[in-house]
Amino acid sequence: MTSTSLTKSQGAGRAGDKVFSGATLAAGCLILAVLFGVALFLVIQSLPAFTAPAEDIQGGEGFLAYIWPIVVGTLIAAVIALVIATPVAIGVALFISHYAPRGLASGLGYVVDLLAAIPSVVYGAWGAAFLAKEIAPAYDWLAKNMGWLPIFQGPASATGKTILTAGIVLAVMVLPIITSLSREIFLQTPKLHEEAALALGATRWEMIRMAVLPFGRPGIVSAVMLGLGRALGETMAVALVLSSGALTASLIQSGNQTIAAEIALNFPEASGLKVSTLIAAGLVLFVITLGVNMIARWIITRHKEFSGAN
Amino acid sequence: MTSTLTPVRKRSALTKGQLPKAAPYIVLALALVVGAAILALVGFNAFGWGLVSAVLFAAGLVGWSAAVEGARKAKDKLATCLVVGAFLVALLPLISVIWTVLVKGLPGLLDPGFLNTSMNGVTGAFDNKSAEEGAPVVGGIYHALLGTVQITLLATVISVPVGLLTSIYLVEYGEGKALARAITFFVDVMTGIPSIVAGLFAAAFFFAVVGPGTKTGAVAAVALSVLMIPVVVRSSEEMLKIVPNELREAAYALGVRKWRTILRVVIPTAISGIASGVTLAIARVIGETAPILVTAGFATSINNNVFGGWMASLPTFIYTQILNPTSPSNPGPSDQRAWGAALVLIILVMLLNLAARLVARIFAPKAGR
Repeated sequence: MTSTSLTKSQGAGRAGDKVFSGATLAAGCLILAVLFGVALFLVIQSLPAFTAPAEDIQGGEGFLAYIWPIVVGTLIAAVIALVIATPVAIGVALFISHYAPRGLASGLGYVVDLLAAIPSVVYGAWGAAFLAKEIAPAYDWLAKNMGWLPIFQGPASATGKTILTAGIVLAVMVLPIITSLSREIFLQTPKLHEEAALALGATRWEMIRMAVLPFGRPGIVSAVMLGLGRALGETMAVALVLSSGALTASLIQSGNQTIAAEIALNFPEASGLKVSTLIAAGLVLFVITLGVNMIARWIITRHKEFSGAN
Repeated sequence: MTSTLTPVRKRSALTKGQLPKAAPYIVLALALVVGAAILALVGFNAFGWGLVSAVLFAAGLVGWSAAVEGARKAKDKLATCLVVGAFLVALLPLISVIWTVLVKGLPGLLDPGFLNTSMNGVTGAFDNKSAEEGAPVVGGIYHALLGTVQITLLATVISVPVGLLTSIYLVEYGEGKALARAITFFVDVMTGIPSIVAGLFAAAFFFAVVGPGTKTGAVAAVALSVLMIPVVVRSSEEMLKIVPNELREAAYALGVRKWRTILRVVIPTAISGIASGVTLAIARVIGETAPILVTAGFATSINNNVFGGWMASLPTFIYTQILNPTSPSNPGPSDQRAWGAALVLIILVMLLNLAARLVARIFAPKAGR
C-alpha cells in the first residue's frame, strides 16, 4: 500500500468519524430544540388568549377567571390520586422487595407493570362503565353519614361520575409508576444494614423502619413527585369518568374539571380564539408539570450517589 | 419466627411465648366463617365478604399475637398484614379492568366483520335497528386499526433514529460534557410531559407552519414522537452503557475507527436491549388517546394517506364511540364496538410487551462467539 492510498483511506475514515459524531450531536441538540419548541409554539399560539379582551374568553371574565377553577380541579384530582396511591404503592413495593418469596418477586413485579401497560382510554372506559356504578352507593352512604364534612357534602351524584371516582382511577394509573421506582430503591438498601438490624434482634418491620425506609426516603419522595406529574397530565381517565361542571368543594357531587380533560373535550370542535385559550391552558399545565418533574429529578440527582434511583 | 432447633413435639421453653405455626390458618378460617356470618346478616356479596374477613383476620392475628408474643411482634404482624393487603388491593383493579374488558369486549370482537369493515356509512338508523329489532351490529374498526398502525409506524420511524443517535452521543461522545448533562436532564423532564401537551405542541407547530386547523395522521405521529423519543433514549442509553469497555478498546487496538467501532461492535452487542426498548416504547404510545384526539381528528372511513385528511385510531375510536354514540338514543351497539376495540387494543399492547421479551432473548449476543 502506498503512502498516498493510506492517507486517503485515513481521510475517508476521519470523514466518517466527523459525520457520525456530528449526526449524534445533531440528534441530541434536536431533542433540546424540540423541548424548547414545545414551549415556544405553545406560547406563540396562546398569545391571542392572553391579549384578547376579557369578555371574548369563554366565561366572559378573562383568561385568569377561566383557568383558575380548572387548575384547582386538576390539583384536587391529583391530590386524591396521590393520597390513595402512595401508601398502597409503598406497600406493594415493600411486598415485592422484602416480603414475597424470592422466586415469585420478579413475576409479581411484572404483574404490577401490567397495570402500567393498559392504555389510559381503557381505564377511562372502565371507570365510567364499571367503577362509577359500583361506587355510587358508597357516596350515598358518605353523604348521609359524613355530610357535615364539606368534601362529602350531599346530595351525592347518582351516577357516581364525580371527581373522587376520577381520582381513584388516576390512583390506579399512577400506582405502577410509584411502585416500580420505590421497589428499585428498596432493593438497593445495603444488605449489611438490613442484616445488622436483624442481628440486633429487630423484627422484620423494625428492620424496614430502621434500615429500608430511611435509606429510601428521597427516592420515595421523587417517585411520588413523578406520580404527581403523571396524575396532573392524565387526560382520558378524567374526560371519560367525570361529569364536569363548576368548581365545588364536594368530592361526591358532579362538578369540577381538570385542564387536560377540558382540552380533550373541547379542542376537537374549537376554532379561533377558543383554540388559543385551550392551548394557553395546555401551556399552564405544561409549566406546572415541568416544575413538578424538575423538582423530582433534582431530588433524585442530589441523592443519586447513595439512593441508586434513576 | 420459629427457631431452627430440631422440632420437638412438646412446646419447649425456647418456643414459649410464640404463636403456633398454624396460627395464621386458624385465624383465617375463623375470619372467613365469622365474616360470612356477618355478611349473611346484612346481605351477602363476595366483595364485602373478602373485605370483612380481611379486616377480621388482621385484627384477630394481631390481637392474638399481642396477647401471647408482646407488642413488638404484634406490630410486625400488623405491618405484614398491611403490606400483603396493599398488594391484594393493587391486584383488584387489574383483575377488574381485564375482566370488564373481556366480558364486554368479546361480543363485539366476535361480531363478523368487526375487524375488516370501517364505520363508513354506518348511521344511527342501523344501530337503532340492531338495538330494537335484534339485527346484527354493523360497522367495525378496520379504519381505526389501519390509522393506529400508520400513525405508530411513522412515529417509530421518526423516534428511533433520533433517540438512538442521541443515546450514542450521550454514551460514546458526550461523557462529562455540559451539553450531555443538559440533554440527560431534559430527556428526563420530557418523559414527564403530559401526553395532551405533546399533542397540543404538534397541533400548534403545524397550525403555525402549515396553516390553522391542520389535522392529519402525520401531526399525530409528531405528537407521539415527542412522547416516544425520551423513552427510546433512556432505554438505549442504559443498554449502551452496559457494553463492556474491553470490546471498544479491543476494536481501537486493531485500528478501527470510532464510528465503525460503534456501528460494528457496540450496537450489535446491545441490539437485543435496544430492540426490546423500542418495542416497549411502541407499546407505550400505541394506547395514547389525548395527543391523537387533538391532532388527527376523527374519521369514520378508511384513510390511507398519513399526510392528508383526518384519520381514525383505535384509542380515539373507543373514546368517541363512548362519548358520542353513533345513535344517541341507543348507545348499546356503540358501546359494544367501543369495548371490542378496547379488547383489541389491550391484546395489541400485551402482544407488544411479550414481543419485547422475545426480541430481547432472540437478539441477545450468543455466548462464546
